[in-house]
Amino acid sequence: MANTYTLIASNTLSSSATSVTFSAIPNTYTDLVLKVSARTANTVPSRTTRLRLNGLSTTIYSYTIIDGDGSTATSTRASSTTESPVVVNGNSSTSSTFSNTEIYIPNYAGTTQKPISTAYAAENNATAAALGAVASLVNLTSAVISLEISNSSNFLTGSSFFLYGIKNS
Amino acid sequence: MPATYEPIATTTLGSAASSISFSSISSAYTDLRVVLVCQTASNANIAFRLNSDTGTNYSYTLLYGTGTSAASFRDTSITRGYIIAADNAATSPNWNLCTMDIFSYAGSTNKTILTNGSNDKNGSGTVEAAVNLWRNASAINSVTLLAWNGVNFNTDTTATLYGIKAA
Repeated sequence: MANTYTLIASNTLSSSATSVTFSAIPNTYTDLVLKVSARTANTVPSRTTRLRLNGLSTTIYSYTIIDGDGSTATSTRASSTTESPVVVNGNSSTSSTFSNTEIYIPNYAGTTQKPISTAYAAENNATAAALGAVASLVNLTSAVISLEISNSSNFLTGSSFFLYGIKNS
Repeated sequence: MPATYEPIATTTLGSAASSISFSSISSAYTDLRVVLVCQTASNANIAFRLNSDTGTNYSYTLLYGTGTSAASFRDTSITRGYIIAADNAATSPNWNLCTMDIFSYAGSTNKTILTNGSNDKNGSGTVEAAVNLWRNASAINSVTLLAWNGVNFNTDTTATLYGIKAA
């Protein structure tokens, strides 16, 4: 049987960058998975890392988050906003510590709105850690052909981004 | 590189149905993963059963967020596992994304299952994660996804079962 979990593209940063984009995503898969190991120039883990589809920055995104920081669990929401959030370790975190994020997009080539599941872990043996999940919805009824993940500060050297395609047959 | 993540079966509903089943699952993998993209005809909990077991052998601990509050809930000795609370598609016509990870499904110990549900509705909805336990040491040979309380999955609901090999 064919292996259906296929690396489409990857990017491991050799210098800091504010964004990473995967473009010209083929429509030959069923689902997409983006795995991120990242650290930013922000001082603490924050939601300033954002995901956008097809380069769109209009108010087609909404999300519901549940997040634990080691002392408190909270849930927040945004509707009709311009991005889907991701939490990433900041540069004040323990050195050489990168956060992990997995973003799952089913039926990305379909013609219905796109639900997205994101799970993140930003542990650093200190306060300001974060563990959480995001349910996002993108009011996009065309195929996803590009993904951009960006930060208001920089992703630091060594941050890595792996985009996989999954086929269900 | 060997194939380590393989589709075992996929179902897309051509008409509404209250359940989706995968049966005769081979023991050739290490773990199983189910990806379910669904709508339901009314508000419903999406549940699962393993090996068609209807006994009170399931329990779960749930963490969920509503957008305004975070909470945790537990249920013990019940007759099905828990995946997500889905909204009535007639009023919330977006799709629920659910995943199930079943570890060491062919082993001879009780089975732990992690489930995740994403149900954002642009102003409402939930995000959920649960750990389930099925107190049964048998190998899992079938997985049934259920829209609970007599509710149906809508047409075009899709479920895929993947097998993952450790080597």
